[in-house]
This record gives sequence, structure tokens and C-alpha cells, in this order.
Amino acid sequence: MATVDRIAGSIDQALKSGDPRDGHTSAFHPAGRGRDLAEGSAMKPAPFDYHLPATIEEALDLKARLGGEARFLAGGQSLVPAMNFRLARPSALIDINGLMELAAIDEGSDGELRLGALVRHRDLERRPEVARRHPLLREAAAQVAHPPIRVRGTIGGNLAHAEPASELPSVMVALGARMRARSLNGERWIEAREFFTGALSTALRDDELLTEIAVPKLPPRTGTCFLEMARRRGDFALMGVAATITLDPRRRCIAARLVYCNADDRPFDAAAAAATLIGKRIAVATVDAAASAAARAMRPGGSIHASAAFQRHLATTLTRRAVLEADGRAVG
Amino acid sequence: MSARRQVTTTINGVRYQRTVETRLLLVDFLRHELQLTGTHVGCEHGVCGACTVLYDGLPVRSCLLFAPQAEGHEIVTVEGLAPPGDKLHPLQEAFAASHALQCGFCTPGILMTMAAFLAETPEPDEAAVREALSGNLCRCTGYQHIVDGVLLAARRMAEKQ
Repeated sequence: MATVDRIAGSIDQALKSGDPRDGHTSAFHPAGRGRDLAEGSAMKPAPFDYHLPATIEEALDLKARLGGEARFLAGGQSLVPAMNFRLARPSALIDINGLMELAAIDEGSDGELRLGALVRHRDLERRPEVARRHPLLREAAAQVAHPPIRVRGTIGGNLAHAEPASELPSVMVALGARMRARSLNGERWIEAREFFTGALSTALRDDELLTEIAVPKLPPRTGTCFLEMARRRGDFALMGVAATITLDPRRRCIAARLVYCNADDRPFDAAAAAATLIGKRIAVATVDAAASAAARAMRPGGSIHASAAFQRHLATTLTRRAVLEADGRAVG
Repeated sequence: MSARRQVTTTINGVRYQRTVETRLLLVDFLRHELQLTGTHVGCEHGVCGACTVLYDGLPVRSCLLFAPQAEGHEIVTVEGLAPPGDKLHPLQEAFAASHALQCGFCTPGILMTMAAFLAETPEPDEAAVREALSGNLCRCTGYQHIVDGVLLAARRMAEKQ
């Protein structure tokens, strides 16, 4: 997360180009502030209608009626910064923070971990059932922004926001998670790899709410690791990788996933590169070949903070470390 | 056209009721409606941590919450950190003793973040303090004296128990 830097970049862009979404003086412009303050209080976001539904059905009904200009409000750690800068101007907010049935963490009898959309990053870090079933989730969640952001930010908001540099989308693809989308017309499950359709874009329709994420049980002898590189801890990753390695009893690799954040406009699943590990014992030479293949295949955008070539370099290094670590963790 | 909503909330143990625009940020609600100006407005997008308050006991950015979201919740600001009377909170005393602030702009947010941290982690090591402090920007101190102050407060609070 830490969408803030990304947004700050967008703002620089908007100031240079004149943001078409906001033709007049913006909230962050001193003139805008002065005008608002003169009216008696300090308003930053554009006006919106606020709804606080008591049930999921009520929330879905509101969304069906209010349409795409209305937004669900979960943790608000990405949406509200965008609203403060008026990069987002929803006509209405549907605050789902009161829907406590969306905050549950359940361990299914089949070993599946079911996470309500309102589960906070802090819960992913601290809840023992998450650490037990999916240490990868805990490891990645601990690298999302800073502690007070993780108090508030939710897994559902993070995934529905679909920021390409965000950690959790890549983790969900690596773990083969499924997303439950509900609307007044019913519900459907969407595979993580089909859920993310581009930068800040998902397969969710305007009338749908992401209510739950189901993460299947890891096979025996599976080790996982999430590593990222950021300029400062808590910033968006310049590059990050979620690695899962499954071994046979003789410690030969029988399954591997390498999924990267900030390597494309959505989680980048380097399936072909990961497949080169199959049938082999994990060693530096085999890992380096897979890492190079993944780095060549990805499409990092490059930025003022890191060129595409540097992002590929980071991918190579992070992959080597993550796969070796995951291999060491694959016990049982 | 501006949507308004009544908000009833408890701040530093005092119940407040106001009718405000829905788009009013919690930090501006505290400062402009309630004149609780100890909470500072820094970056207004969640980066700097100056506006951090306790929301049901946990540290959050008050610039990333709307005033209506305070409805029915308990909020503590820096004005509510010290116990009633003349005494300061041990963190505040330790910050003064350690020169943990210079201009003081970031201090209210840091105090609230660290108060919640020490409540959960009474005997932290320096690395844990730095991690807990990572979401608060200070442009004066270079952080070392803040870390010293938090560790001093932790020691003094442990001794008192």
C-alpha cells in the first residue's frame, strides 16, 4: 500500500498537466485552502453523501442504486488520500466498517483459510491462525506501509484497489486464492489470477462488493517467502516477489510459484520461469537461471525511483534470496 | 449541496455531539469544531503521522478518517494523554528529559503512536522502537533522541510497576 507516494506522483503529474478531473483550484492548492477556510472550516475532499449500512444486503442495495460513482469505504488508507487530493471524487461513500461479519477469519475443515474483506493488515500480522496456515500472508502484511496504516487498512480494500506495487495481490495470486464477489443478483467466486485486470482495475462489477477471500491449504513440504525492496521501509516496493516452493520427500521441487509486485500493471506470475525449477533440487545455479528468466519476462514500468533495468536487477536478487529461503522453510 | 450528518463521539472521555459536513476530516473536526488543536495537520495523506490519534485504543491517521466515522467510537488525542492534574505522561516527561523534540510539530502524533506501542510492548528493544516509529516523520531530531526518549519512558514505566 502506502498509496501515498503513488498519489503524490499523480499529483505532480496533475499539477503539470492540469488535471482534467479537477478543472478549478484544487484542495491542495493554497488558494483552495484559503477559500475553504474562509467559509469557516477546513474541507479538503469534494462533497459526498455518506451511508452507513447495517447489513451486507443494505450495502449491496445502496451500491446497485448509486452505481459506479459511489465507492465502498473500508479502511480508507488509499481512497481517502486520493479524495483529499481530489484525484477521487465519489458522489457517495458506503461505509462498510460496521459490517462485522466481514471481519471474520475462519479456518475451514478442508484447511482453507477464509478471510473477511474487513480483516485489517494488523490482523494478518498478528492472528495465530494466519501465521499457522499462511506465513506468507503474515510476512507480506508486515511490509505494508507503517503500523498505524496497518491498524486501519483492510485486505479487501487493498485487493479491490489493485495497486500494481501492492504486496497482497501478488501473494494472493501465488497462493491461488479466490475472491468472493457479492451483489443483489447473487455471488460469484473469482480466481486471484483473473481478479486483477490492470492498474487500479479488477474484475469486480460496479454493483459488486468483495466480501471474502478464500486461501487454499498449502501442500505438505511447501515453503514460502515474500521479499521486497523499497527506498525506505514502508514505501511502495520498487520490486517484490512472493515465492512458494513445494518439495517431494527427497527434496526435489515438484511445484513452484514466483509472483512479482510492481513488475507489470498487475501481479506478474512468472510461471515459465518457475517451471524451470521443477524436478530439481533447489541450488544457487538453478535458482539464478529461473530468476534471470523471470526478470527477462516481466514488464516493469520504471520510474524516477528505479529504472526498469534496476527493477529487473532487483527481481533477480530478490528471487534468489526468496527461493532459497522458501526451500529452507519447506519442512514436514 | 453538502451532505451533513450528526456525530456523537467520545474524545478524551468527554462526549461531544455536533452536526458536520460528511466530508469533514476527523483531524479538522478535532481542531476546528472542538478546538482540540494539539493534533497537528501535516501531509493530509497519511504519510507523516503528525495527526495520529487513538481510535478505540489503536493509533490511526485522523486525516484519513471522516468525522462521521467517529460516531460511537472512543478517541484519545494528545490532550488526553497525561493523567488529570499537573503530571505529564511518562512518555512526555521522558521526551523532555531526552531532548526528543525540537520544533514539536511531529510530537503529538509520535506521542500517541508510541503510547499505543508501549501499551502493547512494555519492554521494547531499540529495533522494535524504530519499527514502531517508522510511520512518523520528524525533520528536526534525526530520531535518535526520540528513540532514547521512548526507551527511557519504557524503563521508567516498568520500574513503577
